[in-house]
Amino acid sequence: MPVYHPRPSSAALPPLTEARHTPVIEVSHLHFSYADGHKALHDITFSIHAGEKVALVGPNGAGKSTLMLHLNGILGGDDHVRVYDLPTIKANLPRIRALVGLVFQNPDDQLFSPTVLEDVAFGPLHMGLPEADVRQRVQAALAQVGMSAYAQRLSHHLSVGEKKRITIATVLSMQPELLALDEPSAGLDPRARRQLIELLRQLPQTMLISTHDLLMVGELCPRALIIDTGRLVADGNTAEILSDAQLLHSHGLELPHIPATLRFPGPVTVSGSS
Amino acid sequence: MHVDPFDSYRAGNSLIHELDPRPKLLFTLAFIISTTLLPDGAWLSLALAFMTVLGISLIARLPLGYAIKRSLLALPFTLAALTVIFVVPGQPLLTMSIGPWTLRPTDAGLIRFASIVSRSLISVQMAILLTATTPFPDLLHAMRHIHVPRSLVAIISFMLRYLFVLVDEALRLLRARSARSAGERPTRGILWQAQIAGHMAGQLFVRSFERSDRIYDAMLARGYTGYLYTLHTHIIQRRDWLAAAGAVIILSVIQLAAHLP
Amino acid sequence: MFASPRSPLMLAMHIPDGFLSLGVALVFWALAMVIVSIATRRTQQDLADRQIPLMGVMAAFIFAAQMLNFPVAGGTSGHLLGGALAAMVLGPWGGILVMTAVIAVQALLFQDGGLLAMGANIINMGVVPALIGYGLYRSVAAAPPKLRAVGIGAAAWLSVEAAALLASLQLWLSGTVALAVVLPAMLGVHALIGVGEALITVAALAAIARIRPDLSGVAAVRGRGSRAWVWGGMLMSLGVVLLSPWASSHPDGLERVAADLGFLGNEQDAALHGLSGYTLPYFSNSGVATIGAGIIGIVVVAAVVSAFVFVLRRRYRTA
Ligand SMILES: Nc1ncnc2c1ncn2[C@@H]1O[C@H](COP(=O)(O)OP(=O)(O)OP(=O)(O)O)[C@@H](O)[C@H]1O
Ligand SMILES: [Mg+2]
Repeated sequence: MPVYHPRPSSAALPPLTEARHTPVIEVSHLHFSYADGHKALHDITFSIHAGEKVALVGPNGAGKSTLMLHLNGILGGDDHVRVYDLPTIKANLPRIRALVGLVFQNPDDQLFSPTVLEDVAFGPLHMGLPEADVRQRVQAALAQVGMSAYAQRLSHHLSVGEKKRITIATVLSMQPELLALDEPSAGLDPRARRQLIELLRQLPQTMLISTHDLLMVGELCPRALIIDTGRLVADGNTAEILSDAQLLHSHGLELPHIPATLRFPGPVTVSGSS
Repeated sequence: MHVDPFDSYRAGNSLIHELDPRPKLLFTLAFIISTTLLPDGAWLSLALAFMTVLGISLIARLPLGYAIKRSLLALPFTLAALTVIFVVPGQPLLTMSIGPWTLRPTDAGLIRFASIVSRSLISVQMAILLTATTPFPDLLHAMRHIHVPRSLVAIISFMLRYLFVLVDEALRLLRARSARSAGERPTRGILWQAQIAGHMAGQLFVRSFERSDRIYDAMLARGYTGYLYTLHTHIIQRRDWLAAAGAVIILSVIQLAAHLP
Repeated sequence: MFASPRSPLMLAMHIPDGFLSLGVALVFWALAMVIVSIATRRTQQDLADRQIPLMGVMAAFIFAAQMLNFPVAGGTSGHLLGGALAAMVLGPWGGILVMTAVIAVQALLFQDGGLLAMGANIINMGVVPALIGYGLYRSVAAAPPKLRAVGIGAAAWLSVEAAALLASLQLWLSGTVALAVVLPAMLGVHALIGVGEALITVAALAAIARIRPDLSGVAAVRGRGSRAWVWGGMLMSLGVVLLSPWASSHPDGLERVAADLGFLGNEQDAALHGLSGYTLPYFSNSGVATIGAGIIGIVVVAAVVSAFVFVLRRRYRTA
């Protein structure tokens, strides 16, 4: 038989209810160098508990994407990163990849199937779920991101905003415990960005959001991590971090502000500031 | 410019559009084989085959000239086939002398030429109808089911997804080149121009290679372990069997018309 | 509206349906099926689960790279077919697989090349360029840069010429063209197209070596059996180089051989004897195309032989 269609499988994983009180993600003393010798991560330690929405900010090249790729064992692969207390070693990977939904920075990398339906079905199909369950999860995931009408569309016909939503659906269909989103709001127009923020706010999953969009961080994430040249330089309350201009500035970050010359008379409402 | 590799699909909801892609693909192959088998000068059969093309265009509600116009792609080869007019032995129709050349077109040569061109155009037209009425993802599905190697189909599916991404990148490179050389006369030699084209190809290769790495990561992240699973997207229905039966009858009639005295 | 990105000249390489007889088409389909299934297996062994994304994106790359033209005099332009380049950067099996995907998509989506003729097209534009391209590439891999570039260029040029030769022969065996005219014409046109192919291929490899030196080795699925490829490529190249000028100048000789071997049926045999009934001296005997092909052929033979000698000598010295 040359065609693999899904078969019912025992690989479907039991829920991890007993592990609720352990951290969802626990990173301890993580170092990482790329094959060319470039040291991208340096002694990173932090943990995230169930229900938290945490921001990961830092300048270009700080190591955000690199760190994200460690969360489900695509890079690294040892016990410096634990998911629900499971070290990210090979034997645990199928399970960990079902628990951590990683959304890549570039939607064209994340959406690799010709049609939206096939892409959203990819995760659950490869978790070994039977076809009926897969279809039901695909519908649910597309409905969650408000893209139910798009199932038969060709991925490359979509706008950037639509692609970003579908990328989230591709991991929601795996029903992960943690969503790790790499720059979800990059390249979106204000309305698409607003819709994305509302979507992320509604989703119940624990989240780690890597972003340059500090206004979104302010709205969405009570806690923020700052990473710069591979080192974790701050971990704390978002409001405190965002109000520390000195800290932001020294790591190449700044809150956007509207120049006085452009201000309208009357009360200023900057979309997104809270 | 936005390049769309799926442009050859004409969306519609005709009977032809809704048939299962497997019988459609098989019929197209059978039709092309049948047409190739027609002997020279089997005009009745060729006419029947052409009517089949027109009939399918009608049912699919495509413009009648659609397949005909697009089939002209095969023209360069028609030029090559022109040579048979003078080679096949038969009654010389006339003798032309152009400079040192003496050309004697023969009646049999002319018949062979016309037959080759007709067979080719009709075959190409049927292939055009297939792509015009079948979304490419469905064609891939059909290919999986007719035992095209599984990984080849998967490779083609990835190729299609990234075709337009890379074509766009290539066009960007070309635009950047023409923007840089705007105003400047192309005084530099061909070697230099070729060097730039080659450099663009190299750049595109490296970017594509790195992209394939990221895609691989994205696949791993969603549980890929080396086996690609796909959903069932089509179920053969009664109308597919009926269409297949009709196709067999049509092909038999075409062949009988050619081979019965 | 998306038209096929190739110029009419390049279309001359994609044989459409209707021009090959069923017999010829099926023989090449069978051959292609065997080779492609080996190629899928070998790349699967070497790349494991990376095979599908890498080969798929690389097929898209070749397709896109075929659009990277450069202007030549008179509104024409130089293009890349890519068969040799693909084999040089991805290894012979990878190159074959990638070109197969490209040819399949061109046939299915753009009707650029036929479905029944696809087997022949895969052999002409995928397998033969891989054999020649990779074989010669490996044989000059250790040579100093200048000689290496010459070897790579010669390999790319020859791969196009070999494809044109093979396509002409297939058409002729199908009884759809007169070899005496078509062979010199095809070889002549593709001798020019091949120059564009050679220049782009050499420049592309140089660019890759500069941007990501680690890739020139990593991407190639290589190692096992590379000596067989070198010998196969050498033999094939010599065959092309020797056969093309001879066949162009004495097509009736080729016909006699084919008839003696039983390749040509009676009717075709008779048809081709009709050749003597007309003359096309410009093309068949003393044509510019023939002379040009002959001269270029001699130059390439010289290059191949000297590269060969160089490699052997070097191996001798290090051994
Ligand atoms: N495959 C790789 N090989 C070598 N170095 C790499 C590789 N990928 C990334 N790097 C380097 O590692 C560092 C961290 O890169 P990373 O992509 O994680 O940064 P980032 O914080 O996500 O940046 P951005 O905001 O631009 O997305 C950078 O200096 C980058 O050049
Ligand atoms: Mg990043």
